[in-house]
Amino acid sequence: MNPFQFYRPTDAHHALELGSAPGAQFLGGGTNLVDLMKGGVAQPRRIIDLTGLPYARVERLADGGVRIGALVRNSDAANHPLVREHYPLLTQALVSGASAQLRNMATVGGNLLQRTRCSYFTDTSFTMCNKRVPGSGCAARDGFNRMHAILGTSEACVATNPSDMSVALTALDAVVQVQNLSGFRSIPMATFLRLPGQTPERDTELKPGELIVGVDLPANPFASHSIYLKVRDRASYAFALVSVAVALDLEGARVRDCRVVLGGVAPKPWRALDSEATLRNSELDEMVIGRAAQGSTSGAQPLTYNAFKVELAQRAVGRALRRAARI
Amino acid sequence: MVSTTLHINGEEHHLHLDSRVTLLDALREHLGLTGTKKGCDRGQCGACTVLIDGRRVNACLTLVATVTGRSVTTIEGLASVDGLHPIQEAFLKHDGFQCGYCTPGQICSVVALLTELKDQTVSTVTADVRQPLSFPATDEEIRERMSGNLCRCGAYPLILAAIREVMDGTVQQP
Repeated sequence: MNPFQFYRPTDAHHALELGSAPGAQFLGGGTNLVDLMKGGVAQPRRIIDLTGLPYARVERLADGGVRIGALVRNSDAANHPLVREHYPLLTQALVSGASAQLRNMATVGGNLLQRTRCSYFTDTSFTMCNKRVPGSGCAARDGFNRMHAILGTSEACVATNPSDMSVALTALDAVVQVQNLSGFRSIPMATFLRLPGQTPERDTELKPGELIVGVDLPANPFASHSIYLKVRDRASYAFALVSVAVALDLEGARVRDCRVVLGGVAPKPWRALDSEATLRNSELDEMVIGRAAQGSTSGAQPLTYNAFKVELAQRAVGRALRRAARI
Repeated sequence: MVSTTLHINGEEHHLHLDSRVTLLDALREHLGLTGTKKGCDRGQCGACTVLIDGRRVNACLTLVATVTGRSVTTIEGLASVDGLHPIQEAFLKHDGFQCGYCTPGQICSVVALLTELKDQTVSTVTADVRQPLSFPATDEEIRERMSGNLCRCGAYPLILAAIREVMDGTVQQP
């Protein structure tokens, strides 16, 4: 691990000042950053521990939504009564990720900022990785790319973002609240994480030195009919091969509104807009579910070893729709 | 370098260390508390599990500077003058280990698991997260919640039996 200076500010303005220095990195729970530092992938010169800042609360918003502070630990966010009751999809996604120990450490802000990554990124013995060393090439494209993305990739990068939480937040139309030295701004989850394009070294729309202070969840009618389904190689404590967040607003069998978002298949949570268009205003029967499932991967460009993800994602969407609608 | 004050198993320690030192290395290399084990050192195996303010965490991914002022419990802190912790007793009784390397992490993890169940937390195998957790917790719930502690000897059935006994007095045949 490279040497770094360590700071633990107790107010946001001080944290932002410290964070404006070159080589500065904010630290939440450390479950991704410290791991990347041990591997030599991240080499910050200054670490700013944010856990002394007052952003560890879950609170109700005036418009009926809920704000989850950036420093709320994943296990606490998952189990908060407001989240369990009104956003069970988020609870399910959070508890499907990592292990109990890591969920106790990881913060909501840090989860959003975990790197979009693959094994060729985290292992520095591979010289080619455009995300780690811009312009060096992509070892995964012609490597063992079973875990990699089938949607939203570029020539430069085919890594997936492994956050389960972000898939649910995308389905729930969450808005990331950000603070910088000039004030506050909001970034919708739909655009918070980036596709790699020619700049895979940038995972998010956050600018250097900006601080996530919380995530706002608007009120929605989905709580009774939502499911986070995660398909992985082992029963627990593994990244998704494919995951799907389904949220339905039903009137009888008719779908008034819906969200279908895939995880594990793209560099960011992948909203299956074709599936949603099929479902919206339809009577939910096997024919509609089949069409929605099939449409969920439209535009997929599988690599050598991950074509199985196309059918797996489609089947996962079908199963999640049936479970969410309880049919 | 960082200066930090740690409360470990009820004792206060003042350390002046390289900012890169993890809680795991501080315990083992600087405080002589070698009960906490280094397995993968990357947050994947759970051998380094300790309790911070009663919650289980991986000490290997915790920079010691971040623990200032918080209360750490390691395997050395579980037994009392009256004897072993009930979970330690149960692991002995049920032979919940083979080589023993993962055992301190397993036991610390179980201490926190029992608190988490008492607090009605949910897991990925909980049928309906909007409902209160049903008691007693199923074997599936326990296995899921212990998935952050690997045992390469494969003592899982006996670890489960030890947990069951402490939880509800049910003795399980492996």
